Amino acid sequence: MEEVLLETKDIIKDFPGVRALDKVSFQVKSNQIHALCGENGAGKSTLIKVLSGVYPNGSYEGQIFIEGEEKKFENIHQAEENGIAVIHQELTLFEEMNVAENIFMGNEISHNGYIDWNEMYDQTNKWLKKMKLEGVKPTTKVGELGVGKQQLIEIAKALAKNSRLLILDEPTASLTDNEVELLMKILSDLKNEGVTCIYISHKLNEVFEIADYISVLRDGEYIGGDLKDNLNEREVVKMMVGRSIEQMFPDRKYKAGKEILKVDSLDLKNYEGEQILENISFELAEGEILGIFGLIGAGRTEIANTLFGYLPGSKKGDIYLDQEKVDIKSPKEALHKGIALISEDRKRFGIIPPMSVKENISISFLDKFKNLLVVDENKEIANVTELVEQLNVKTASLNTKIVNLSGGNQQKAILAKNLVETPRVLIMDEPTRGIDVGAKQEIYELMNKFAEDKMGIIMISSELPEILGMSDRILVMHEGKITKEFDNRNKDISQEDIMVYATGGKIDG
Amino acid sequence: MADTKKIKFDLRTYMMIIALVSIWIIFSFTTGGDFLTARNISNLFRQSVFTSMLAIGMVMVIIMGHIDLSVGSLVGLTGGVVAILDVWQGMNPIMSIGITLLLGLILGLWNGWWTAYGNVPSFIVTLGGLLIFRGVLVGITGGTTIGPMSDLFYYFGKGYLSDTIGIIFAVLVGLAIIIIQLKSRRDKLKYDFEVLPLKFEILKIVVSVALLVTFILIFNAYRGIPIPLMVLTVFLAIFTFITNKTTFGRYIYAIGGNSDAAKLSGIDIKKITLTVFMLNGLMAAIGGIFLTSRLSAASVAAGNSAELDAIASCVIGGASLAGGIGKVGGAVVGAIVMASLDNGMSLMNVENFWQSIIKGLILILAVWVDIYTKNKKSAA
Repeated sequence: MEEVLLETKDIIKDFPGVRALDKVSFQVKSNQIHALCGENGAGKSTLIKVLSGVYPNGSYEGQIFIEGEEKKFENIHQAEENGIAVIHQELTLFEEMNVAENIFMGNEISHNGYIDWNEMYDQTNKWLKKMKLEGVKPTTKVGELGVGKQQLIEIAKALAKNSRLLILDEPTASLTDNEVELLMKILSDLKNEGVTCIYISHKLNEVFEIADYISVLRDGEYIGGDLKDNLNEREVVKMMVGRSIEQMFPDRKYKAGKEILKVDSLDLKNYEGEQILENISFELAEGEILGIFGLIGAGRTEIANTLFGYLPGSKKGDIYLDQEKVDIKSPKEALHKGIALISEDRKRFGIIPPMSVKENISISFLDKFKNLLVVDENKEIANVTELVEQLNVKTASLNTKIVNLSGGNQQKAILAKNLVETPRVLIMDEPTRGIDVGAKQEIYELMNKFAEDKMGIIMISSELPEILGMSDRILVMHEGKITKEFDNRNKDISQEDIMVYATGGKIDG
Repeated sequence: MADTKKIKFDLRTYMMIIALVSIWIIFSFTTGGDFLTARNISNLFRQSVFTSMLAIGMVMVIIMGHIDLSVGSLVGLTGGVVAILDVWQGMNPIMSIGITLLLGLILGLWNGWWTAYGNVPSFIVTLGGLLIFRGVLVGITGGTTIGPMSDLFYYFGKGYLSDTIGIIFAVLVGLAIIIIQLKSRRDKLKYDFEVLPLKFEILKIVVSVALLVTFILIFNAYRGIPIPLMVLTVFLAIFTFITNKTTFGRYIYAIGGNSDAAKLSGIDIKKITLTVFMLNGLMAAIGGIFLTSRLSAASVAAGNSAELDAIASCVIGGASLAGGIGKVGGAVVGAIVMASLDNGMSLMNVENFWQSIIKGLILILAVWVDIYTKNKKSAA
């Protein structure tokens, strides 16, 4: 009989306007690799933050038990003392410091306040060996290591704090195949040494390779879980998605008109001379939704930013708008030529937090409301009100600060901002990232409506169901190149077809 | 949506005015009424003009998410140049003022160029400017004090408007208030927007005009409206208009709020940044001319650490050094708060070191109250 290491009971976590976790109860048994699956926005990250003390006790409802004893973590430190360590998707290492300093950060071996470097280097060597990092020295700067190796250093850092429960959040998102293999090997070694793992991923092939037990979250609820051997991929996908694709993605008649955008052999190098995009060519017709899929680092966002005049670096190749060659050097030019971009990072590139909903929406085309020198506020309010109603942005008033809106309504406001002047080409980079299902569906419906109004839409997404459900055509990217173009008018392309080209594995075969 | 429209006022500026009035009430008790005499009120406002001028320029820089540490040295240098032109060169006063204002713009351009196009943090650029401009001042004046200034400068620094002109001025401003309020109401009705009931609108106008009349009467009871105060009022009106009503003003707030998002919204960040630093240079030059006029001489120490008073005024007036938040009017109220503290404590014969300590504490307190109320709101 295995004992239960971690148990949660009825965890509820609310954000303004969204319930991120709804009565989540589950158990993690000792000495298992427990996979936690779910789509983006299912509540996986929120759950981890509750478990690891990022959201302190009191900011959520429900109970957490470790080996049967209730725990109330006030901060990350208390969770760590109880043996819980999280490896986040974004690594938290100090690139300018060496491996030993990083592994023992906040946990230095010292006598009377003096750091015992010899002891620390000695122990670091042991960890490096365990992580199979031959060739890395304790004095190597972490910044000089690749992402895969950094990840292993991060794991060593967690284990150096005597962690019993290791939570890995999408650990393979930016790893190469070889690195993934190494990680799998190390995780199963650790399991044999008594470390328990929660492994979060939406890559089902990995999950089925490594996990002992699989749990599924959807829309903040715990849907269910079972031993891996009792499940197959199809069943897990069904649990994750929960609804058939037809329900989620509204129907639309494909009715593409004339070509509006053409990209011809676009090459892009960054300032360091690295090739970011290579020989990118595609067209977009009015009334068409073009999906672009690729893994992290495939160059999807770079295409969007290049079209929008926002990417630094040296560019080759031609871009045509309505058959006319254009050279777009700034976002301002792009907007005036009718190209709009909704960025993947809403916090960083989308909202202006101290400003109101109204001011956020009108900022891109403020000149439109200008009367001599003055912004005609009445005209502005009238225009913005219309858009807010049309897009169903839920806000207390136009003067509410945009940060007080839920993610979905912020996203709709950002969409409204790009519609003050109707664009010809709308580029949407991860349009539904981090928003709830209801808002997702609204955005899909709006996209269809725009397409019917002859807008050309480029949708960049790392969510396969979304790409498959919405796109008329699909471009698949891998390492800066387009590896395949699919015709998806009949919505009959499968996830496997796309993944093959996205991983770059079998292009020849 | 229209039904949520309430009487609109900026809570923070409003709170500042309450704080200011409380300070006045306290001082009028502790000084046995000396504080509230027409003479003292007149002096108090005159004393606040210099910092207010600088705070108007500074607050735009702060809203944009930058800082300008060179303002004190800018004041010194421009004040020195205007004295050199007037006293040493014997130039026509209008001409020398024009050249000095141009110099302010150019020095602002220098700060702005390094910040916007050179991507050097404004803290560093203007810290450099602080040293450079002061150095140039010492160099060109040879370390001497230059004066006395010609008559026109006396009026600019210390003059008063005659009672009649003061009343004419009051009537014009009063009419402007009435016309602006009624026009704004008419425009709103054109769009079918909700407006205040007419009687409230009239009440608002009556209160504003009554306040205006009270101040004019107080000033006229002493010597009339101080000319520097009138110049300040004009600039206050101009820059309030620019920051609240123009696209340029909106862009300043957007850049301070999130410069990446502002750039993706098609805003030319570099151009706006450069312009704001130039306007700040212009305001510093006006401050410099004013200081030299008031003292009727320029010295190498003029304007020392004036930038810190300006920054403190902005912060007390509700601006956030993180950018995106602040008001020109708030900064001026902040400057008046600082001047009131100076003035009241001097009347009470509080020793100088205490004045400094208390002003420092008030600065920290003002920001703490703000952060505390904000945290409470977000926790609820």
